[in-house]
Amino acid sequence: MVAVGQMNTGTRPSRLRLSSVAIHRIVAVVVILALWEGAGASGLFFRGVIPSSVLIIRALFRLFADPAFYTHFGVTLFEIVVGFAIGTSLGAIAGLILGINRYTGEVLEPLVHYLAPTPKVVFLPVLLIMFGIGVGSKIGLGAMSCFFPMALSVSAGVRTINPMFLRVGQSLTLPLSQRIRKIYVPALVPALATGFRLSFGIATVGCLMSEIKLSNFGLGYAAMQAYNRFDIPTMLALLLVIFVLAGLGNFFIGRLVRLHGPNNRRATALPPR
Amino acid sequence: MPAWLIRPPPLVARFLFLAGLLVLWELASAAGLVSRFIVPPPSEIFPTIGALFAEGDLAGAFLRTFGETFAAAGLGALGGMAIGWWLHHNRAAGAAYTDWMAAVAAAPLVLLFPLFLVIFGRNAATIVAMGTVASLPPVVLKTKEGLDNVRGVLIDVGRTFGLTRWQQIHMILFPASLPTIFTGLRLGLVFALINVVGVEFLIGFGGMGQLIGDLGDRFEIAGMYAAILFVVLTSVCFFYLTEKLETWLLSAR
Repeated sequence: MVAVGQMNTGTRPSRLRLSSVAIHRIVAVVVILALWEGAGASGLFFRGVIPSSVLIIRALFRLFADPAFYTHFGVTLFEIVVGFAIGTSLGAIAGLILGINRYTGEVLEPLVHYLAPTPKVVFLPVLLIMFGIGVGSKIGLGAMSCFFPMALSVSAGVRTINPMFLRVGQSLTLPLSQRIRKIYVPALVPALATGFRLSFGIATVGCLMSEIKLSNFGLGYAAMQAYNRFDIPTMLALLLVIFVLAGLGNFFIGRLVRLHGPNNRRATALPPR
Repeated sequence: MPAWLIRPPPLVARFLFLAGLLVLWELASAAGLVSRFIVPPPSEIFPTIGALFAEGDLAGAFLRTFGETFAAAGLGALGGMAIGWWLHHNRAAGAAYTDWMAAVAAAPLVLLFPLFLVIFGRNAATIVAMGTVASLPPVVLKTKEGLDNVRGVLIDVGRTFGLTRWQQIHMILFPASLPTIFTGLRLGLVFALINVVGVEFLIGFGGMGQLIGDLGDRFEIAGMYAAILFVVLTSVCFFYLTEKLETWLLSAR
C-alpha cells in the first residue's frame, strides 16, 4: 500500500511535465502547419508548389479510392519485403563468417565497414542492366543496402558471445551446423534485432530510390508521375504514404528490438535446452 | 611452410583477396562466363578511369560533389548544433522533440527530394538542401546527448569558480561534450555525402552521381563501371579519413 502511495506522489510531477511536453508538441504541429499554409499563400513560391494541406488530404482520399494506388502500394511493399529478406539473410551469413573466424574478420571486416556507408544507389545502372527495369533491380538495390548493416551488426554480436558457451560447444564436439543453431543464433538475437532495425529504413530508401529513377510500378513511380504532370498534392500525398509506411516499419521493428534488445534476459544468450 | 605464408598480415591478406577477386573477374570474363556487355572485365574498366579524368569530367564532378557535401554538412552542423543546444537547454522542448528527431533521423529523408525539386528547381540548391536535411538529425541528437552527459561535478566546479554563463559554455560544457558532438558531425558529413550523390544521380544534375547516370544512359558500360568504382573508392577514402581525423582529434584533446 505504501508503495502505491509513493508511486502516486511520484507520478504527479512527471504528469505535469508530460502535459508541458504535450503543449510543446501541439505548438510545434500548429507552427509547422501555419508555416506551410503561410508559405503556400505568401506568393513567395511558384503557384501550386506548396499546396494547402486541405488539398493534400483531398488528394490522399482520391488515392485511397483509386485501385491503381493499391497495385503500386503492393509492388513497393513486395520489393521492400523481398529485398529486406534477401539482404538481411546474406548479411547475417556474412556476419557469422566474419565473426566466427577471427582472422577472416580481421582481413575482410574493414572492407565491409568502409563499403557500408557508400551510396548504394550508384550501383543502380548495373542492376538495371542485370535485372531490367522491373521489380528485380529494386529488390537488388534493397538487398544490397541491407546487407552491410546486418553483416556488421552480426559480426559484432558474435564477438560478444560468452566464450563459455563456445567452449561448452567445443567440449561436446558439436559440428559447426549445431554450434550455429544451438549457440550462435540464440545468442545473436539482439544483434539480429539491431540489424533488422538498421536495415529496414535503408531497404525502403533503396527500393524507392530505384523506383523513382526508373520503373513502371510502385509508389516511387507514382510519385514521379504526379511530379511530371505537376500534380503536387498527389505527389505529396504519396510521399506521406511512403513516410507512414517507413515509420510503421521502424516502429514495429523497434518494438521487436525492445522485446529482444540488450536489456532483455534473452540477451544473456542461454542456449535452448 | 612458414606461418606468414599461411596467414599473412591482415593488410596484405586484404590486398591479396581484392587482387584475387579482380583476377577471377577477369578470367570469368575471358572465359565468357559473364557477358562483356553486362560486366566488362577490369582490364577494360581501369583504363577508362584515366580517360574520364583526361576528358575533364571526373575531376570537375569530384570537386562539385565534395563542394556540395561540405556546404550541406556545414549548414547541417550549424543548424544541428544550435537545435541540439536548445533541446538540451530547454528541458520541456528536449522531452517533447528528441523522440521526434530520432524518428526523423530514421526516416527515408532522401525521398523528400521531389518537394525540394519543385521549390528550388533542378539546381545545386536542391542538392545542398537535401544534404543539409540528411546531416541535421545526427548532429542534433549527438549534440544534445553530449551536453546532457556532461558530468555534474564539472559544472559544479565551474559554479564554485564563479564562471559567467559564456565561460561555463566554452570552458566546460563545450570541451566536455566535444567527443560526442564530433561523432555527430562525422555522421552528418557521411549522410550528406550519401544524399548528395544519391540526389545528383536521381535528378541527373551536377557531380559524380550525374556522371554515372549519363554514362549509363549512353550505354558506355565500361565508363559507367569506372565512374561507380571511382565514387566507391573516393567515399571509402573519405570515410576512412574522417574516422582517422575523429580518433586523432579525440586523442589530442
